[in-house]
Amino acid sequence: MIFGIDFASILLGGIAAGMVLFIVSVGLSVTMGLMGFVNLAHGGFAMFGGYVIVLAMNHWGMGFLPALAFGFVVTAIVSAAFERLLYARLYNAAELDQVLFTIGLVFIMIAAVTLLVGPENQPLTLPPALRGQIDLGFTSYRTYSIFLIVVGVVIVLGLWLAFERTHIGAQIRAAVDNRRMAESLGINVNLLFTITFAFGSGMAALGGGLGAEFIGLDPQYALKYLVYFLIVVAVGGPGRVGGVFYAAIIIGVLDFVLKLYLPKGGTIFIYGLTILLLLWRPHGLFGRKET
Amino acid sequence: MTTLGSAPTAAPAAHGTPAVDHPAAHALARRHRLRWWEPLPWILALAFYFTFPNYLGFGTELLITILFALSLDLALGYAGIITLGHAAFFGVGAYTVGLLAFHGLWNEPISSLMLAAIVAGIVGVVSGLVLLRTQGLTLLMLTLCTMALLEEGANMAHDLTGGFDGLPSLPIPPLFGFFEFNPLFANTQYLYALAVLLVCFVYVRTLVYSPFGQSLTGIRENILRMHAVGSPVRARLVTCYTISAAIAGVAGGLWAQTNAYVNLGSLGLDRAATILIVLILGGHGRLYGAFVGAVAYAVLSHFLARIYPTAWQLGLGLALVIIALFARNGILGVAAALGRRLGIGRATP
Amino acid sequence: MFKKFVLASAVVAATGMAQAQEVKVGVVLPYTGIGAEFAQQIDRGMELYLKLNADKVKPYTMKLIKRDAKNPGGADAKVAVQELLTQDKVDVLAGWVYSPNAIASAPIVAAGNKLSVLMNAGTAHITNMAPQYVRTAFSMWHSGYAMGEAAARQLKAKTAVVGYTDFPPGKDSLAAFKKGFEASGGKVIDEIPMGGAGAVPDMTPFFQRAKDKKPDVFYVFVPAGDHAAAAVKTYGALGMKAAGIKLIGPGDITQDTKLQAMGPAAVGLITMHHYNADLQNAENKRFVAAWKKEYGAESTPDFMAVGGYDGMAAIVHAAQATKGKMDTAAALASLKGWKFASPRGPIMIDPQTRDIVMNEYLSEVVMKDGKLAQKVIGKIDAVKDECKAQKIGPCAPK
Repeated sequence: MIFGIDFASILLGGIAAGMVLFIVSVGLSVTMGLMGFVNLAHGGFAMFGGYVIVLAMNHWGMGFLPALAFGFVVTAIVSAAFERLLYARLYNAAELDQVLFTIGLVFIMIAAVTLLVGPENQPLTLPPALRGQIDLGFTSYRTYSIFLIVVGVVIVLGLWLAFERTHIGAQIRAAVDNRRMAESLGINVNLLFTITFAFGSGMAALGGGLGAEFIGLDPQYALKYLVYFLIVVAVGGPGRVGGVFYAAIIIGVLDFVLKLYLPKGGTIFIYGLTILLLLWRPHGLFGRKET
Repeated sequence: MTTLGSAPTAAPAAHGTPAVDHPAAHALARRHRLRWWEPLPWILALAFYFTFPNYLGFGTELLITILFALSLDLALGYAGIITLGHAAFFGVGAYTVGLLAFHGLWNEPISSLMLAAIVAGIVGVVSGLVLLRTQGLTLLMLTLCTMALLEEGANMAHDLTGGFDGLPSLPIPPLFGFFEFNPLFANTQYLYALAVLLVCFVYVRTLVYSPFGQSLTGIRENILRMHAVGSPVRARLVTCYTISAAIAGVAGGLWAQTNAYVNLGSLGLDRAATILIVLILGGHGRLYGAFVGAVAYAVLSHFLARIYPTAWQLGLGLALVIIALFARNGILGVAAALGRRLGIGRATP
Repeated sequence: MFKKFVLASAVVAATGMAQAQEVKVGVVLPYTGIGAEFAQQIDRGMELYLKLNADKVKPYTMKLIKRDAKNPGGADAKVAVQELLTQDKVDVLAGWVYSPNAIASAPIVAAGNKLSVLMNAGTAHITNMAPQYVRTAFSMWHSGYAMGEAAARQLKAKTAVVGYTDFPPGKDSLAAFKKGFEASGGKVIDEIPMGGAGAVPDMTPFFQRAKDKKPDVFYVFVPAGDHAAAAVKTYGALGMKAAGIKLIGPGDITQDTKLQAMGPAAVGLITMHHYNADLQNAENKRFVAAWKKEYGAESTPDFMAVGGYDGMAAIVHAAQATKGKMDTAAALASLKGWKFASPRGPIMIDPQTRDIVMNEYLSEVVMKDGKLAQKVIGKIDAVKDECKAQKIGPCAPK
C-alpha cells in the first residue's frame, strides 16, 4: 500500500481484464490488418468457442484445460471452413458488403445457439485450484486473475516467437505491410489468411472460454462486447500483435482504475479517451500509416 | 439547360461528336429528370394508408426508418463517409424534441422538428470538422465512440433525460391545432411522417443532382482526383455530413413526436447498426435504396417475428448473408443489373 | 420450441373455432435478444398455469397471441402492443419484461383500455402510468426496503455499501434499501454504480472498492442473469467473506436458474425476495414438480416464471368474473383485492395501487446434498410497495 492505494491489486486486476481483451482481439486485429476485412462476426466465433468449451466441460466432463484446447481446435476448424466457403468470396467486395455479410453471420450464430442450446447464460465451473485467492508474497489476489495473466503472457510470448522467428510469421508480417509486394514475391496470401483466420478465431474461442468467469456467456455475447474488441484493435493499430497487446493492457488497467475511483463516470472515459487517442494517432498507437 | 443543349445542335462541329452530343452527356443531363416510376412509392404509401388502417403504427415507424436511412445515404452512399454512429444525430433530434416538450418549453410539432434539425446539424458540423479528417476503421470507431459518449451522457444526466427509462408521455399538441396524435390509431402520425419524408426527399434529391452532389460522388469515387482538380474536399464532406445529420435529427424528432416518447434506444448502437443494414440491404447511393431497404427489413423483422417469435434473427441473418454474397449493392443493385440484362432502362452511368 | 408453438397455436385455434368463449391474450415479451431467457421463464409460467389448472379455466379458452418486444428500447414493444389492440383485438394484454417497455406502452394501454398484467417490469411507479396496469410481479421496493430493515435489525449491521447496476431498477433498489436501512438506524457509507445493464462488466474493481470501505454488509443489486453469477463469483474470489463483509441483496442475485452456477462462494449469501424455488409450501411443491416434469429435471422455475404463473391466474380469474367478456372495468374491479394462493405464498392485488401485496422471505444460501439451496430464515407478511405507500418521488399519484 502506498498512499492508501493498493497498487498491486489494481495492476493485477486490470492486467487480467486486459489479457482477456487481448486474447479475443488479436485474431480480429491480424485479419483486419492482413485483408482489411471488417469481420464483425469475430465476437461470434468467441461466443461459439466459449460454448464449445463450456458444453464440453458440463456435458462430457472434460477438464478445464483440455476443454480450452478442444474449443480452440473446433473453432479453428469451423472458422476455416467458413473462411474458405464464404469469406473468401468477399475479399474484393466493398467494405460495406463485408459489414452486411458479417452482421448477418452474427445474427445466424446468435439465433442458432439460442435455438440449439437456449437463451440462458452458460455456467462455467472452474477447477478448485483456480478458485479463491492466492498468496503472492507481497499481496494475495484472485487466483483466476493470476492464472489469466500467466496464460496471457505465455500466449504473447508464443505469438511473438511465431511472428518474429518462423517463416510463416515473416510471411504474415510481409503481407500486412505490403500485400501486393508479398504476392508478387510468391507468398500465397490467401492461404496465409485462412491460417491466420482459423488461428485468430481459435484465439477468440479461448478468450470466450477464459472470460466467461468474469463476463458470462450467452448468445448475445457475440454482439455485446464487440465494441470493446474493436476499440482494442483500433487503438492498437490493425495488424499489430504487439499493438493489440499494449492496447488491451492499457485499456484493461485504465478501465479498472477509473471504475475503482470514479465509478459514477460510467464508460464515458473509455469512449472519450479512445476518441482523443484516435484523433491524435488515427492509425492507432502502434499502427503504421499504410495498413 | 435548354439553351446550352440546343446551341451545338444548331451548328454541328466539323470534326467528331461534340461533347454535349455524346451519349454520356445526355445520360448525365437526363439523370435528374423525373422518371415515370418515381411517383410510385408515394402512391403506394397513400394506398397503404387506406388499405391497412390497422397497420399505421407500423407504417409510421417504417416512414421514419426511410427518412433516417435517406439521411445516412447522403453521408454514406453519396459522400462515402462510413459511419457506425449515425444514430447519434437521430438521438439528438429525438432528445431535442423530447426535452423541450417534457419540460414544457416548446412543443409545436413542425417548429420542434426544425429545432431538432438545427441542433442535430450543429452536432453534425462540430463532430464532422473534428472526425472527418480520418477514414476507414478509424472513422468507424470514432463515430461509434462519439455516439456511445452521447448515449452515456444521456444516461448520466438522469434528472434531465429520464436516463434509461426515458421521457414518457410527451405532451405533443395536435398538428395545426387540429389533427390529434392518437396513440392507438396512428392516422395523423402516418400522414404527418409521410409529408415530412416527402419534403426531405425532394430536398435530398435536388441536392444530389446539383453540382454539389456531383462533387460528392467525385469525392467518393476518387478523392485524390477531386483534390487535384481543386475541389474543397473537406468543406464539401463536412457540409454533406451536416445536412445528413440535420435530416437524421428530423427523423429522430419525428420519432419522438409520433411515439410521444424518447429514451436511450434512440441513440444506441442497435439503431445505428440497424439503419446501416437497412441502407446496404436496399442499395446505397441510389436514393431509393432507403425505401426498398426499409421495407424489406421491416417486412423481414416484423412478419418473421410474428410467425417465429423466438428466432426471427435467423431468417434475417440468412437474408443478409445471401444478399451480401450474391446480390452486391443491395436489392436495387440486383434490380438494376437484372434490368440491364433484360434491356430495360439505360445503363446507369 | 417452434414446433411446440405451432402445435399449441394450432390446437388453440382449432378449439377456438369450436368454442365461442375464447379470451384473446396478447403477450408482449422479448423473445429475442438479451431478455430471451426471461421471456422463456414467463412464457413457461403462463403455459404451465393453463396446463395445471385446466378445470379453473373452463369453459373459456385462453388464446395466447405472442409478440416479440425485442429490446429494452420501447418502440418495438409499443408497436407490438398497438397491433395486438388494433389488429388482433385482444381482450387482455400481458407480459413486459423491461420497465422501459412498460413505460413506453403506457399511453397505448391507457388509450386501448384493456386489462394489462405486468408480469415482470419492476420500476415502482409504472402502475401509476395507466389505470389498466395490474402487477403480478414485484416492485424493486418490495425487496429493497424489506432488506434494509432486516439488515439493520436482524443482521445487526451498522454500515453498508451499496453496489448497483446503473439503470432504473438498480437506482430504485438502492433508494429502497437506503430508506429501509437508514430508517432502522443503519448508515449507507458508499454507493457504487456498477456499469449498465446491457453487458456484464468485470466486477472486480467495484467489489475491490467496496472491500476497501470495510462495511458490515455489502448490498448488491444487479439484474438477474449473467450479472448475478459474476457478482457472487467475484465476491468469493476477492475474499470479502473472510474480511467479514456479508453480501446481501434482493433475490435477483440468487435467481434460482443461476444459483448452481455460482459455486460454493454463494454459501452464506443472504437475500430478501418474494420467491425461490425451494419455498416449502404446497402450491410451490406442486408448481416445481410440474415444471421439472414439463421442462426437464435440470430446469427450474424462478421468480419471473411465478410472475407469469400468477399473472395468468389473474387473467383467468378476471375471465371467470366477467363471464368471458373481459369487459375492462369489470375485469379490473374483479382483480382489485383479489387473493390467490400462489407458489410464492398468499398474494393479493392492492385495490388502491393495483400492485401486488405479498410475503417477503429472508433466505440464506446453504449447501444441501451437494447442491446450493435457499433456506428461509425470516419472513415478513403482506409487504406492500413502500414507494407508493410512502409516496416517494414519481410514486406519488399525480
